[in-house]
Amino acid sequence: MSKILEPAHAGTLESSDVFVRVVPSEHAGIEVELESSVSEIYGEAIESLIKATAEAMEANYVRILVQDKGALDYVIKARVQTAILRARGTTNPDWSLLS
Amino acid sequence: MRDLEKQYTSAELTSVNAPFFACKEQVKGQDRESKLCESIEAAIKRSGLKDGMTISFHHAFRGGDMIINKVMDIIAAMGFKDLTLASSSLASVHDPLIEHIKNGVVTQIYTSGLRSKLGEAISNGLMEKPVHIHSHGGRVHLLQSGELSIDVAFIGVPVCDRFGNANGHEGRSKCGSLGYAMSDAEFSKYVIVLTESLEEYPNGPASIAQDQVDCVVVVDAVGDPSKIGAGETRMTTNPKELLLASLTAKVIEYSGLFKEGFSLQTGTGGASLATTMFLSEKMEEKKITASFGLGGITGTMVYMLKRGLIKKLLDVQSFDEFAAKSLGENKNHIEISANQYANPSSKGAAVKQLDVVVLSALEVDLDFNVNVITGSKGILRGASGGHCDTAAEAKLAIIVAPLTRGRIPTVTKRVNTIVTPGSSVDVVITDQGIAVNPQNQALKEHLIKAGIAVVDMQTLYERAIRLCGEPKEIAYTDKVVALIRYRDGSIIDVVRQLA
Repeated sequence: MSKILEPAHAGTLESSDVFVRVVPSEHAGIEVELESSVSEIYGEAIESLIKATAEAMEANYVRILVQDKGALDYVIKARVQTAILRARGTTNPDWSLLS
Repeated sequence: MRDLEKQYTSAELTSVNAPFFACKEQVKGQDRESKLCESIEAAIKRSGLKDGMTISFHHAFRGGDMIINKVMDIIAAMGFKDLTLASSSLASVHDPLIEHIKNGVVTQIYTSGLRSKLGEAISNGLMEKPVHIHSHGGRVHLLQSGELSIDVAFIGVPVCDRFGNANGHEGRSKCGSLGYAMSDAEFSKYVIVLTESLEEYPNGPASIAQDQVDCVVVVDAVGDPSKIGAGETRMTTNPKELLLASLTAKVIEYSGLFKEGFSLQTGTGGASLATTMFLSEKMEEKKITASFGLGGITGTMVYMLKRGLIKKLLDVQSFDEFAAKSLGENKNHIEISANQYANPSSKGAAVKQLDVVVLSALEVDLDFNVNVITGSKGILRGASGGHCDTAAEAKLAIIVAPLTRGRIPTVTKRVNTIVTPGSSVDVVITDQGIAVNPQNQALKEHLIKAGIAVVDMQTLYERAIRLCGEPKEIAYTDKVVALIRYRDGSIIDVVRQLA
């Protein structure tokens, strides 16, 4: 898949949601910056989930800035996927790749 | 006695050498205002407070308390050090205590609750000596056993007379019941009443009576009743809370205890209020009245009293202005002391007459142990309160909590901190299932017969973990920052410093 073209975001700062921003980066790879209300007990798990989700979409040259308000895994995954799709301008994704 | 015998058998006995004649040297009536002190400083001086002593406060004003910070500032300015602060509880408004701890004014704390920045600072090792967290009944037990010996008690009240007759349900800033202060006054060596308004003698009815008071000081303000704020006044619209409340009312209805004359204690917060509302409907429908409602009393309990659904309220702490007002107006709304409420070594604690108690939890584990004092990050942020006192004695102790709060699981493998042992807990109600303690087979059968789905705790735990994931273990150092004292004084658990 392609590079991130433009900054995009998904989600909200409501409790139990997560606000995800993706911005293009000059460096190869996926860089995650996480702020979470549950970082003490779930920080590492959330960070690896975000990375894995982005990797599965073959994202590259991207920074993912995440403000988590205690969202569950499936919410985080969906928000990250949506933000990446929006950054790519994809309007008709291959849903089977996003499950 | 022998001296007395010598006196009356002696040939020289004359009435004039009897010592009571010395009374004549005093002018009668001169000491009628002698308890009045012009300032808090003067009262502290008169009390004989010294470094290393123990001082106490009550928490009837909860988050609206204005006494603790004011008095502690004065005590610090007067240069006292190494004091033990024994407040019946502490709220977030008491964060300024951090400075007094840093400056060595306070070196030890006894309290039911710790929250906010103070709880965080203590969890991070602010104090050398661990804090003693006691229950409301357990505090009186410590007072009675002598471990906790209060040298000077500071009791903030809205109204008092010059001789020390005080209550909490009259005047400008009504806090309602003075239940905790009543026990402090009973057991303290020196009692200073701080009052907003000086009433004509005799002020009555008196919750704190003249024979327990050494000194009275008039102050500008003792508390802001609008910040007691534990009683919800509006019905919750949160669907999860409504679900929990309807499940709780249903469990009570089919517990086998829902009979004429049953007794009830509920906590605070939206789900609790909704529970009493749902229960009220069932009580009206089945024409059942409760003999008494106990504990921290809210406006909803007052409403049930007024509608005749509850015959009496036994009030150790008024949770909102409605309760505070009703205490003064309704003769069936009765003020009780902490000793009468929950002390296990009291000659009569009302919890021993209690049928049903509805309690909350920050965490509950596979063995039904309950944590109400430390949060998911291991930080002190709650209160022991009457939790273990009521759970231990009520016929039916119900724990109500959402299975998860945001991403934080409420049901865990092992609670961070045990406040109430699982052996006291009968049933745990979550929005995603109800688990009955295997000790209480009869209850389980009652519920199943009523068509209520019952699962085991392991199922609830697995469900919580499937949703949230396995939480990482919190890292602690070896240093103990708080001792959790069970109601009988034993140490049921400790809280360690965060790594």
